[in-house]
Amino acid sequence: MRRALSRPELGAVAGAVLVWAFFAVAAGEPFRSQLGTAAYLNAAAPLGILAVAVALLMIGGEFDLSVGSIIGAASMSLALLTSHFGWPFWPAAAATLALSLAIGLANGLLVVRTGVPSFLVTLAMLFVIRGSTIGVTRQLTGRTQLGGVDQAPGFELAGTLFAGTPLGPFRASIVWWLALAAVATWVLLRTPWGNWIFASGGGPHAARGMGVPVERVKVALFMTTAAAACLVAIVQTVQFTGADTLRGELQEFRAIVAVVIGGTLLTGGYGSAVGAVLGALIYGMVQQGIVMTGVDADWFQVFLGAMLIVAVIFNGYVQRRASEAG
Amino acid sequence: MHPAIAVSDVGKRYGSVVALEGVTVSVHAGTVTCLLGDNGAGKSTLVKVLSGVEQPTSGRYEIDGEGVRLGSPLEARAHGIATVYQDLAVIPLMSVWRNFFLGSEPTRGWGPLRRIDVDRCAQVAREELERAGIDVRDPSRPMASLSGGERQAVAVARALHFGAKVLILDEPTAALGVRQSGILLEAVERAKRRGVAVVFVTHNPLQAHPVGDRFVVLQRGRVVADAAKDEVSVERLTRWMAGAPGP
Repeated sequence: MRRALSRPELGAVAGAVLVWAFFAVAAGEPFRSQLGTAAYLNAAAPLGILAVAVALLMIGGEFDLSVGSIIGAASMSLALLTSHFGWPFWPAAAATLALSLAIGLANGLLVVRTGVPSFLVTLAMLFVIRGSTIGVTRQLTGRTQLGGVDQAPGFELAGTLFAGTPLGPFRASIVWWLALAAVATWVLLRTPWGNWIFASGGGPHAARGMGVPVERVKVALFMTTAAAACLVAIVQTVQFTGADTLRGELQEFRAIVAVVIGGTLLTGGYGSAVGAVLGALIYGMVQQGIVMTGVDADWFQVFLGAMLIVAVIFNGYVQRRASEAG
Repeated sequence: MHPAIAVSDVGKRYGSVVALEGVTVSVHAGTVTCLLGDNGAGKSTLVKVLSGVEQPTSGRYEIDGEGVRLGSPLEARAHGIATVYQDLAVIPLMSVWRNFFLGSEPTRGWGPLRRIDVDRCAQVAREELERAGIDVRDPSRPMASLSGGERQAVAVARALHFGAKVLILDEPTAALGVRQSGILLEAVERAKRRGVAVVFVTHNPLQAHPVGDRFVVLQRGRVVADAAKDEVSVERLTRWMAGAPGP
């Protein structure tokens, strides 16, 4: 029992059940139906992909406020390379991934070399990346939106892989989301790297003393969030067959909200990928549920903010209980 | 037999400030050597020299009779010298077994399936902690749920498991109550019986006297007394600590 109580995602499990039950009653049949289920899972998936990676980073004790702008940069890079420069889809996707990883590497190195808090480093990066994305795109094309990605050779396979609907109304991104969560959970709980991630966030000095390569772990985590942002960008660019320089705006905060609702500590060293999945799921359910209930969608953000506060207070309480017990 | 570690005529200066001068101390296997002194007496500097954090500006450092120059704590650890600091020893939010094996996780399987051998970790951690005199029952509970004395004892057990022959404890009981100190002192006693050379740094003679075999008192960077247990009483230690001339 105490062991179950000490799991970080406990609050999120209860929250997900409560939110589902609430909308199952308030919105009724449309929410409970297969289509309704698909609607909130499809909405949760891109955020979920991001949140799983952000959870690892936050457990490792760092923030990444630049992930939203990386989504914008990566989707525009993919669109520019294919429709403006005429590259085939897959080389363009590979180059876009390389660009994203380079940004993640820059984030990581800046944080571990300068000692400036990652909150500030990645906040600065957010503006640099968003600004360059808009600047470069307008310089090259004179516009801020770009379509025609579906004309690139190789797009057909990409369409199936990233934006297909393998199971009725359920999108392929749901599979990516859950698969990544499974891998992240495995890494966290069953590999030395997972142990080092917890240690890097929970006690970097003690970890260094025990020979954990804390700096390398952190840089790898920043590259992971950047790669996740790139995957979200590819999924959305394929789905909409084009890009917008503003794509991904505010996603960095939504990811943090999902991760924190999922029971990960803001201060690092404690949390789970499963919690981040549940946090994104709750986000998707609230977003779609509110619309189905007939309430004006404007109220969605109020609901979300309130949930965040409740989750933080509840998780803090559970965690204190768990560590004091026994 | 050579002492496990020994320094002779060691000095350490920071610019014009003399932190240690002419310090000679030897620590034997299977004994507890207490390093006593008031704040600023040079205990911390001597610990830093012994554990490889700082290099002495003069004098000789020997491990098992061989002269060495330790460039880093990692080098010291490779020589079997482990240091446990009171506040940096463990990570509270992680489980006992995760702390125990941090940085040296045993794995099984290969390639992408290479994974931590969790069952073995839990079992070994429980056994080693039992040898140190603490019963954690469930090694997957968070470190934060252990008492201060138990946490220090975990750090001691971990050092021994990974082959420490010399154990340096820097003010391990400074933040502990009487009962918690007892848990740690029990672990120290057991380490000694396993043949480990223990350096126990403290400014509390009352606590040092029952566990120590040898007592070295520092004042202003110099050794003012170096006595075996049967040559010295608690009262005498206290007077030395307070600044009375020795021996």
